[in-house]
Formats: sequence, structure tokens, C-alpha cells
Amino acid sequence: MKTALLGIGLIISFPVSLLAIAGFYRFLQLGNHMIAWTIYITFAGVVLLLFLPRAFSRWLALLTSVAGLAISLMALFQTPIADLAHFTTIVRLPWVPMLGMNYHLAVDGISLTMVLVTGIVAVSTVLFSWDIEHRQNEFFFWLLLVVAGSYGVFLSADLFLLFAFYELVIVPKYFLIAIFGSTNKEYGAMKLTLYSFFGGALVFIGILAAYVTAGSLDLDQLAQFQFAPQLQLWAFPVLFLGFAVLAGVWPLHTWAPTGHVAAPTAGSMLLAGIVMKLGAYGGLRVAMNLFPQGFHAWSNWIAVLAVIGILYAAAVALRQSDLKFVIGYSSVSHMGFVLLGLATANVLGVAGAVLQMFSHGVIAALLFAVAGRMLYRRTHTRELDALSGMNLSRALPFAAFTFVIASAASMGIPGFSGFAAEITILIGAWKTFPIAVWITGVGMVLVAAFTLRALKKSFFGEVLVQQGRVPLDSDWSEQQEISVAEKWGACLLMFATLAIGLYPKLLLDRIIPAVEAMRFLK
Amino acid sequence: MSYLELLKLASPEAIVVVTALVVLAVGLTTERASAICSAIATFGLAIAIGAVLMLPQNATLFGGMLVITPLTSLFKIICLALALFTVFLARSDRSSRNPGEYLAMLLLATIGLMLLVGSEELLMIFIGLELTGLSLYVMAAFDKTDIRSAEAGLKYFLFGSTASAFTLFGISFIYGMSGTTSLAAIGQKLTSGPIQPLLAVGIVMTLIGFAFKIAAAPFHLWAPDAYQGAPVPSAAFIASGSKVASFVVLGKIVLVGFAPLHGSADWHAMVAGWSPVLAALAALSILVGNLVALVQTNVRRLLAYSAVAHSGYTLLGLVAGGRSGFSATLFYTTIYAVTLVGAFGVVALVRRETGGDDFQNFAGLSSRSPLLTGCMSIFILSLAGIPPLAGFFGKFYLFGVTLGAGGNHGLLWLVALALFGSLISLYYYLIVLKVIFVDAATQTSVMKVDLLSRISLILLALLVLFLGITPEALVGRIIASLT
Repeated sequence: MKTALLGIGLIISFPVSLLAIAGFYRFLQLGNHMIAWTIYITFAGVVLLLFLPRAFSRWLALLTSVAGLAISLMALFQTPIADLAHFTTIVRLPWVPMLGMNYHLAVDGISLTMVLVTGIVAVSTVLFSWDIEHRQNEFFFWLLLVVAGSYGVFLSADLFLLFAFYELVIVPKYFLIAIFGSTNKEYGAMKLTLYSFFGGALVFIGILAAYVTAGSLDLDQLAQFQFAPQLQLWAFPVLFLGFAVLAGVWPLHTWAPTGHVAAPTAGSMLLAGIVMKLGAYGGLRVAMNLFPQGFHAWSNWIAVLAVIGILYAAAVALRQSDLKFVIGYSSVSHMGFVLLGLATANVLGVAGAVLQMFSHGVIAALLFAVAGRMLYRRTHTRELDALSGMNLSRALPFAAFTFVIASAASMGIPGFSGFAAEITILIGAWKTFPIAVWITGVGMVLVAAFTLRALKKSFFGEVLVQQGRVPLDSDWSEQQEISVAEKWGACLLMFATLAIGLYPKLLLDRIIPAVEAMRFLK
Repeated sequence: MSYLELLKLASPEAIVVVTALVVLAVGLTTERASAICSAIATFGLAIAIGAVLMLPQNATLFGGMLVITPLTSLFKIICLALALFTVFLARSDRSSRNPGEYLAMLLLATIGLMLLVGSEELLMIFIGLELTGLSLYVMAAFDKTDIRSAEAGLKYFLFGSTASAFTLFGISFIYGMSGTTSLAAIGQKLTSGPIQPLLAVGIVMTLIGFAFKIAAAPFHLWAPDAYQGAPVPSAAFIASGSKVASFVVLGKIVLVGFAPLHGSADWHAMVAGWSPVLAALAALSILVGNLVALVQTNVRRLLAYSAVAHSGYTLLGLVAGGRSGFSATLFYTTIYAVTLVGAFGVVALVRRETGGDDFQNFAGLSSRSPLLTGCMSIFILSLAGIPPLAGFFGKFYLFGVTLGAGGNHGLLWLVALALFGSLISLYYYLIVLKVIFVDAATQTSVMKVDLLSRISLILLALLVLFLGITPEALVGRIIASLT
């Protein structure tokens, strides 16, 4: 009955949201401005969730996130590539004119890619939270708030606006984890929030330094402004490090594994899929673009931190016994690639970093979905040793299939987006830091090692119990099957990683011109 | 000048005086004093707001004793509005046995605030301080059944009268050095350059008196007990109205009266003057307030220590100086006052329903009253500086102005310290919210919230949200009024 309802709902919600968007498109003559509606629709969903009765909440969340994804897809295919080559203004309204603040949204290939991954992860996150019963309204309220704020960050062209959206994302994460989380949730939530806010404070100082020096908050104008070299030398590291905290830079990454483990599945998916990208995106869009000289002075150090992060996190992941910790550390390791790509300061490296943000967003969401939702909800354990005895590949074939795909994508097997992104980064890095590429090669072996270890232990371990039974869960029979919602969510993510893996040109065509327009390139 | 004209220019104050007397008389004679007196007070305050709106743009009486400018009018309205919300709070508090006298005291304190805001002359300012102070001492000690209220009143009185003595002493020095008590004239008499020792004594002593009023460390010791022990409406008014007016006056004194002696608080480039003094007060308040707030388990006491920290932030704008610095300070103190009145409103209701305001009384509030939870979250998150609430814009404006003021980012140390303080503060604010959202409730019954409280809390919460999304509405007015 429930699955039938879900199927009908899904079938209805797609055309309804498409119709709604077509309506906006038609009546408001939005044209290229359409993508700004990702923000408005999501915020509208957030507000509506507060007032609608509980029964509607998950449908509303689904509708909202699907609408966001549909808009970003339409923008991807309809916006001419030439328009995405530079940060094209969508909306520009005076906000607090006396202080130079504008409500200014803009889009280019980089933003569009990030909006797209936000949409994809948001939809799958809602699908993987379909059976949340406890305080449902509240759950989807916080969840959509994170999504809405992220859309806002990716589309902001005004520093104040960008920072407001950036800070807006912090508190909902706390509630998602502290209310709905599991293992050590209050500690994990607080640690994550304070780290984020610490990064935010550093960003705040950097933004203020740019603001009071240039007298403007507009990213276009600031990107033209020549900041004094002394200012760049201290302002860049402050600003970049502030953003990089959220991107999980070593040694400020420790919030990520504990946060992921404490978070509910949806929280982990959002964190790894979207929130960590906010940091990397901010570093690229704000820190590097505003202070190019500061960036060049410090880029070697960023590369060093990135490589340490890749190796260290991979090595730690190899020794973890909790599946979520493995994935949490793998996130840190993969985000190391993003930072390495950014540090190269050439087109290929940076474009690869943006592609890796997309790719890792999708893959990490998939991994967490399997570990947190498909496995944990049914087995009530994430300990690899306990899982290995359960013969899960037989009991949950779909989960096993998904996890194999996700692992392959995570390891960087050709054909998946991870490969396309990481190879682009490494080619870029070869020009700037050849030694780093060698060391990173070792890192990639480690990544493959811990991924295969997790895969083998969780799904393909020695069979100790009778076939097809998971003994730890008393109400196993009711939840035996992977639900339709989970299948849809997993398929969406798998499709995304495969599609970009097989045809990375779709995004790279839009990313590369946008990167070329930035002024920090060597 | 005819008396009629004087009465016209002082009509808002006169209206509040009459209201106070009427409320006092009615409170003595009627049985159902609570409802009637509240209604009269509300009505009087509303008329006074109307009278402020009718005032001329600019006027000066008796050499600056009573000044009318767009700035004074704006802040008279803000003080009256804060008093109005305090009346609503007092109405739903219902603990007081003599509502007429209580409201009369509140109205008298409001007159003191209006005098403070509307004067540019030291003697008048002192009278305003005393009128406010004496009324607030009584209000703090008003709950005769509660020993903590007596403690709050006594502490507030002892600290307050000492601080007043300091201020009066300082004022006498300044009068001795400059030969005048009018701020504008003092500003012209004083010359920049090395400060004479006597003048330094005068300035520091005057500032100490105000540091007490705004509860800046190390003159904050009365605040925790007063906030925790006093009846909730009194605490709310001490924390909001009194603070707003004090910041307005403090800003006028230092920026107009002591203008030539600004000095500099830049890192490695300090110049003697009042701004290093204020910078030291600010830094100390931010550190002490935030660090001590970490260990509190009573919401009101926690709010008191956070108030100390917020005084520190607010002082940053004055340290920066200039019109932009002053406007940032004024904006921040206003939104802070609005937020705090709201937060105390929630505390009052929780106290009425659960009998206390410790953390355990707030446990599981989210399951007992979505309205109170939503409002409290907005107030607390605004205090923490989370967008899109007013506190976020306030901090951005304040810190931006401060960083821009010192030459070559000289005030970066202060801004960095303030941001560090905000980071600490997020922890204890989140703990309050955690108690509300995550902890299990001891009772499960739904909390009753009366209509008046409901409306005023929603209004305040919407105001905090509105000022965060469109700060232009208030910032524009403040900047325009400062020209």
C-alpha cells in the first residue's frame, strides 16, 4: 500500500513540479534567471513546512527538492554555454545601499555545477529519509534549510549575501544531528558546529578586510580591485583556511568523521554531499579570486596540506572498524583532491577540482546512504566485524549492488565520475607539483585498499549464519526489502556518477570557460 | 520662550508623567487594578509615541538641557516602545501585588530614559540617570515575597549609587576644567594633544558610571543577580531600555563632549584618550561575559553574562568613533534590546508555567509549546548572530565599521577578539537550544500562553526577523538622523 502510494506520488510529483516550473517560466519570462528560483522554491518549502500538517511534510520536501533539481537541470541544458563563461548577473537589487550591500545573484559554469549536485543530493536525501517518523516536520524543515542556504551560497555574487547564506547553513546541521542523530550525537553536533563557526569567524575577518579596503561587497567589483600585497599575504590564508575548515582540510578535518558518524543518514549525505563543497567553493570563488597574489604565495602550503590530508585520511580509514568512520575519512581524503586541484592554479587542476566536488558529492551521498540507511536500519550495527558475518550480499542484493558501484566510483575506476575528476586534477597537478602527483599515487592505492576492505568486510565476508537472515534485528521481516524510495534515491545517484563518468564533457564544457575567466591562473 | 511652547516641546515627557500619576491613583483605588492600570499605561505610552512624532524636527532649549533632533525623537520612540512591551510582560507576569505602583515606577523610569536621550547637558543627563536608576532599584526589589528580588534590588542599588557618585565626581572635574556643562561647549573648550591628569580623572570617572549602567566588565557584578533575582519585567527593562538610553548618552558624551580627546586604540599605536579606555572595557567584557556564561545553568543568569559580552561588542562602534561607528552602536543596542525583551518574555512564561528558569525548566519545551520554542530560537539565534536574524547584520555592520575605522586595520585585534567571543557564545546559546529541543520534558502538558503574550512575542520575533532581512528600515533612519 505504502509503496504504491509512493510510486503514485513520485509519478505525480515530477510532472507537477515540471508544470509548476513551466508556469513560472512562461508567466514571469524568467529566461536565464530561472535558476534563482531554486533558492526561492526551497525557502518557500521551508516556510510551508512550518504550517502544513505533518502528513504532507515528506511530500512537500520531495516536491521542493525535485523542483530544485528540475530547475537546475533545465538551466544546465538551456543556458547557452557562452553565458556560463563568466559570472553572469541574474538579479541585482539594492539591499542596504548605504553600506554597499546588494541582493546580487549570478551564475557561471562552476555555480551551475554546484547547484546541480545540490539538487541531486537533496532529492536523494529526501528519498532516503522517507520513513522518518519522529518529528517529521522539523526534520525536513532543517534539511531543506541546509539545501536552501547552499543554493544561496552557490549563486551569491555579493559577499554579504554569500556569507549570510554560508552561516545560515551552520545551525540547521546542529539540530539535524543533535535531535535525529545516533552515536554520541550531542558531542558530534557541537564539535561540527563550533568548527564550522570557527571557520566562519576566519571568513568573516577576511571578508571584512576586503570590504573595508575596497569599499565594496560586490564580487565582480572586488575581483577587479588590486589589493595591496601585504594585505593579500595575511588576508588570503585567513579567508582560505576559514573556508577550508568546512572542506575538511587537514588538520582541521576532525569534525567531519565524528560529525558524519553522529549524524542521521540524511545529515551525513548533506554534509558530505553539499556542505563540504560550500567550503571548497568559497575558497575558490572568494579567497582565490579576490587575493590572487596571496594565493600564489601560499599555494605550495595548500598543496602540502592537501597531500597530507589525502594520505593521512586514507591511512586512518584503513584502520577503522565503523563503516561510517571509513566513509567519513574517505570524504576527507577525497576533499584533499579538491584542495590539491585548487592549489595547482591552472585551468585543468581547478576544473578538475570543481568536477571532483560534483563527483564526490554524489559518491559520498551514495556511500552514506548504503551504510546509514540500507545497512544500519536493518542490521542496527555499523561494525565491520559484525557485518561481515551476516552474508549481506545475499540478504540485501540491491544494497550490495549499490555499494559495489559506489566503491568503484570512489576508488576512481574508469567510467565513473571519480576517475574523470581525479585524472583531470592529477594532470593539472603534474604541471605544478610533480612530486605531489607521485605521493598522491600512493594515496590512491590506499583509497582503493580501504574501500575494498570495507566492501569485503561489509558485504562479502565469511558466512557465519544461515542464508538470508540478519540475526540482530528482531523486526527484520517487516523491513526486509529495500524500499522503493531507497531504490529511486540510489538509482538517481548512481545514474549521476555514471553519466558524468562516461560523459564528463557535459560539465567540463561549462566549468573550464568559467575557470579561465578567473584571474588567479598562472 | 513661553511656557506653552516649552510644554509643547516636552509634551511626550509630560504625557508620561501624567500617565504615571493616573496609574498610581487608579492603582490605589481600584480592585481590578492590574487590567485597568495596564490599559491606562499602554494608552499613555501610545499617546506619548504619537506626541514624539508630532515634535518639530529640531529644537534646543536652555542651552542643550532639552534637545530635539531626529536622533532623540527616534530613540524616545524606541524607549517608549520598549516600555510598552515591558507593560505587556508585567501584565502577563501577575506575580506583583501592587500593579499600579509597579507600572508607575516603570513609567517614571521611562521618563528618565527620555530625559537621558533628549539632553546634551551633563547636569540634566545626571538627573536622568538618577531618575532612571532610582525607579529601577525599586522595580528590581519589587517582589516582596522573594528574597532574591530583595538581593537584586539591594545589589543594584549599592553598585548603582556608587557608580552615580563616580559619575558626578567626574562631571565636576570636567566642569572645573571646561567651565561649562553643555556637551557642545565642552567639545569646543577641550583641545586635543596631551591630556592633563585632572581631565583624565574626570573622563575615566564619568565613563565608569556609564560602564556600570551598560554592565561592562569589570563593573558588571550587579548584573547576574539583578537579572536573575528581579521580577522578570524589571530585569527585561533594565537590560533593554536602560541600556539603549545609556548607549545613546554615552555616545553623545564621548563623541560630542570629548570629541578632541578621542585617542586611538590601534594595535601598537595607542594614543591616550577615551577610546583606549572603552576598548579595554570592551575587550574585558567580551572575555569575561562569554567565558563566565559558559558555566551557567540558569537561563536568566546566562542572559546576564551574555549581556555583559554584548555590551562589549556594542562598545566597539564607539571605539571606532565617527558617525558610522555611532550608528552601528545604536543599531546594535536597539536590536539587542528588542531581542532581550523577547527572550525575557519567553522566560517569564516558562517561569509562570514551571515555577523556575533553570535549564531543567526549559527541557523539552519544543514538545510543550511550539510558539515559545520558535520565538526563543529566533531570539537566541539572533543573539548568537545567525542569519537571517537582526543580530547577524548588527554584528557584520559593527565589526565592519570597527575594522574600517583604525588606520591600516589597527583595530583588527579588537574585531578578532569579538569574533572569538562570538565563537564561545555560540556554544552556550546552542546548549540552551539543545535543552529546549533535545532534552526530555519532565511534564508533557501543553503550555498555556495568553493572547497578549502571544501577540507581543510574535511581534518581537517578527521584528527581529524583519530587521535582519531588511535592516535598511532602521539603519537608514539612524544614519539619516545622525547627519
